[in-house]
Amino acid sequence: MAQTLSIRLNGQDQTVSSAPDTPLLYVLTDELQLNGPRFGCGLSQCGSCSVLVDGIEMRACVTPLSMVVGREVTTLEGLPAYYAKQKGLPEAPALHPLQQAFIDVQAIQCGACFNGMTIKGAELLANNPKPSEAEIRQAMDGHLCRCGTYPRVLKAIQLASQRITGATP
Amino acid sequence: MNAPAPILTRRDLLKTGGALIVGFSFAGVAACSAPPDARSALAGPPDPSAVDSWLAIHADNTATVYFGKCELGQGNTTGLLQIVGEELDLDMSQLSAMRLDTNVTPDQGATSSSSSIHRGGPPLRAAAAEARQALLQLASVKLGEQPGSLVVSKGVVSVDGQPSRSVTYGELIGGKRFDVKITGAAPVKAPSRYKLVGQSVPRLDIPAKASGQYIRIQNVRVPDMLHGRIVLPRGQRAYGSGAKVVSVDESSIAHIDGARVIRKGDFVGIVAEREWDAVKAARDLKVTWADGPKLPRNTGVHEQMRVAKSKDTVMADYGDAARAFEGAAHVASGTYFGPYQGHIPFSPNCAVADVNADGALIQSGTQNVYGSRAELAAVLGLAEEKVRVQYTESSGTFGRSCYEDAAQAAALLSQAVGRPVRVQFMRWDEHGWDNYGPAHLAEVRAAIDAAGNLIAYEYQGWQHGWTTRSTVHDLVLDVTTPERDGGSNSITVNPISTGSMYKVPNRRVISHAIPMEGLLRGAALRSPLDLNYGFASEQTIDELAYAAKMDPLEFRRKNIGGQRWLDVLNAAAKAANWTPRVAASSLSDADVVTGRGIGIATHHVSYGAAVAEVEVNKTTGNIVVKRLYGALDCGLAVNPGLVENQIVGQMVQTVSRMLKEEVLFDEQSVSSLDWATYPILRFAEHPEVIPIVVQRLEEPSTGAGEEVMGATAAAIANAVFDATGARLRRYPMTPGRAKQAIAERTNRASL
Repeated sequence: MAQTLSIRLNGQDQTVSSAPDTPLLYVLTDELQLNGPRFGCGLSQCGSCSVLVDGIEMRACVTPLSMVVGREVTTLEGLPAYYAKQKGLPEAPALHPLQQAFIDVQAIQCGACFNGMTIKGAELLANNPKPSEAEIRQAMDGHLCRCGTYPRVLKAIQLASQRITGATP
Repeated sequence: MNAPAPILTRRDLLKTGGALIVGFSFAGVAACSAPPDARSALAGPPDPSAVDSWLAIHADNTATVYFGKCELGQGNTTGLLQIVGEELDLDMSQLSAMRLDTNVTPDQGATSSSSSIHRGGPPLRAAAAEARQALLQLASVKLGEQPGSLVVSKGVVSVDGQPSRSVTYGELIGGKRFDVKITGAAPVKAPSRYKLVGQSVPRLDIPAKASGQYIRIQNVRVPDMLHGRIVLPRGQRAYGSGAKVVSVDESSIAHIDGARVIRKGDFVGIVAEREWDAVKAARDLKVTWADGPKLPRNTGVHEQMRVAKSKDTVMADYGDAARAFEGAAHVASGTYFGPYQGHIPFSPNCAVADVNADGALIQSGTQNVYGSRAELAAVLGLAEEKVRVQYTESSGTFGRSCYEDAAQAAALLSQAVGRPVRVQFMRWDEHGWDNYGPAHLAEVRAAIDAAGNLIAYEYQGWQHGWTTRSTVHDLVLDVTTPERDGGSNSITVNPISTGSMYKVPNRRVISHAIPMEGLLRGAALRSPLDLNYGFASEQTIDELAYAAKMDPLEFRRKNIGGQRWLDVLNAAAKAANWTPRVAASSLSDADVVTGRGIGIATHHVSYGAAVAEVEVNKTTGNIVVKRLYGALDCGLAVNPGLVENQIVGQMVQTVSRMLKEEVLFDEQSVSSLDWATYPILRFAEHPEVIPIVVQRLEEPSTGAGEEVMGATAAAIANAVFDATGARLRRYPMTPGRAKQAIAERTNRASL
């Protein structure tokens, strides 16, 4: 049990002592005390716990710690820096453009699903900066919301897309 | 609105008259790390008639506001601060809210029934008005002018026309108590003078929620904390039979390092140093549970309800409905079925408890801190004043989900092990042991005369009551708490949502309360039973419009019972560009057909109207709600932006409940244990929603969190009829049910 593992988290090397079979989520929230990824179902059904692993959205609740050793893990906390790196910006903005759009369209209600909405939306915009409405609906379909924020999440992704691609100032 | 709204700043340590006030920051700080403050030395609630119980002005000309309504993601904190800011002429940057805490904040009851602004606002307005009057009197002495010649802006009092002669609130009273009673006599502002109230101020909690800095109950960590889990059978059994432990095989988790079993009565819990070990131990622990009595299965529940011995209450009875039906030109009647549905918060409930010789401190995502305190005291065997409950937001709960269970489980485990314990429910605990929104059965009939006037209306509804204590409470104390089966229109059939919006001379509404024992745990679920009323009542009205060969909007206008109902109806129809046409008058032979429907309903207060546009695939039976228009008149909308967001949420959630949601159970137990076995509306399926706030500055504010849901349920069902000519009388309107109803209609038509 005393063995340690090293992971690359939000651009930094982290040594952790959790057992290798521990789901990444518990390592992030308990050992590393991050607040972005959240427990929702533990079953990979809801998207509450999403993180980016080498830029691909994954469910931390069912991903064992051992699987991410040697890979680049980005959580909500590291998303602005990840965006800066992706865009070649000299420094990280305070917020990812999608986070800013969520504020601007007042998308959030309780906010419990927004870790996943943000991670998945950022992944989408990284791969497809100008997604159509149908593409957004398809990409986001694995992320549930109980409060009914879907329409404004859609609107925010469209707004962020416009800003990222320079379609609006 | 390009710049982010400011994150509500921390004002942790404001020295006020020797008392330290701990400010609640939305960016968050665990309460246990906060220093003690004078206000919190004694168990609350503080005296509600004292201004000081509601607000404090600090030397830096800012104010802290104390109220008893929880921020649940509806934005009530922003709205309540607007009310105080308006009366005191402070701007939003000068205001912060105190975290709800039974040793600090006033008791305003549960944050339920959309009461935050409706019932939570008036005491704050009165306290702020009283404070303003006191401040103007102090300023009058200081500036040597009559209070009537003073003006206030941003907490700076000045002589009208002479801005240099001024003094700030902070200079007048900063750090000192008002020692003023709320008399109700202090003048409040006329709505015509409102500057802050009525504005769509951006929500204060959103920036930190977007950045990820918002601290929720699930993020609270305290020193020396253990992780706990509750152990329950997978899925609840019949109410009244509890979960009786026959045996616990502790050796079954011997392989998990440091995991311990804690038992008290039939309560079984686990503690471990590491969360994953607690999760595994709760999963692997072998517990033998006694079988409970048989449940009727979800498919048979309505039949059992219909024949159960019921306690009947006449909710409305005027005219002579029986006689009016006899002489009617046309009668529409139907039996309607609504399922059990769950609250099922997106993040399972969680609590952190520290119970020691000095007392108990519990941080919880409850909707009612004082209610939690009473129940926790009973479970822990402590006096209420030894128990302190602090609120930290969890995730949208929409009524009594398992928050009391999580709080009590954490407290019991902490009491047993003498260390702080954090308990989070697993997904199957939350799904399987919810206090569900009860199933409902309705028999409705209504009639018109030859001119299309509504002349008779009758609604009979069957449902059971609500739990008043948690599962854990009953397991520990070995009791079955009697259900609450009366005393509120949310438990008995609500006469407001069953025909009261129409002028009808003969009307009867009967509520049949059947026993909860032998069925599932019930409690208020957002817009309790209103979806059923809208679904059943407004489809009946629609059938009459159809029989009268009238456009459904025109029929409702003709029979509408009041101006405010008419105005929301017209607002929704106008937004939707409604054009007159009899329903189902242009049925298409195509496979995929479209339709539109309209409905009006409410919860207890406010006025809701909705228009739905749907698409139905006749081959698969799949219904897609494409677009919704929702109009809400909630009196004075303190913050119309908050109301718009609530309308969007209500309507999307209603689509989910009308098309998808049903708690499944077999004879033994509930089998809806996760999002696969209890599906909700998914992202790809969501409709566009157009919210309309009907602002009424001169009317008192009423609820805005659940009043357009019944109308939405009705509009969707009526739109399906318009598209297909088939009436669906059971929801959720799943593809199978829609297909069957369409086939039955086709068969009837071909006869």
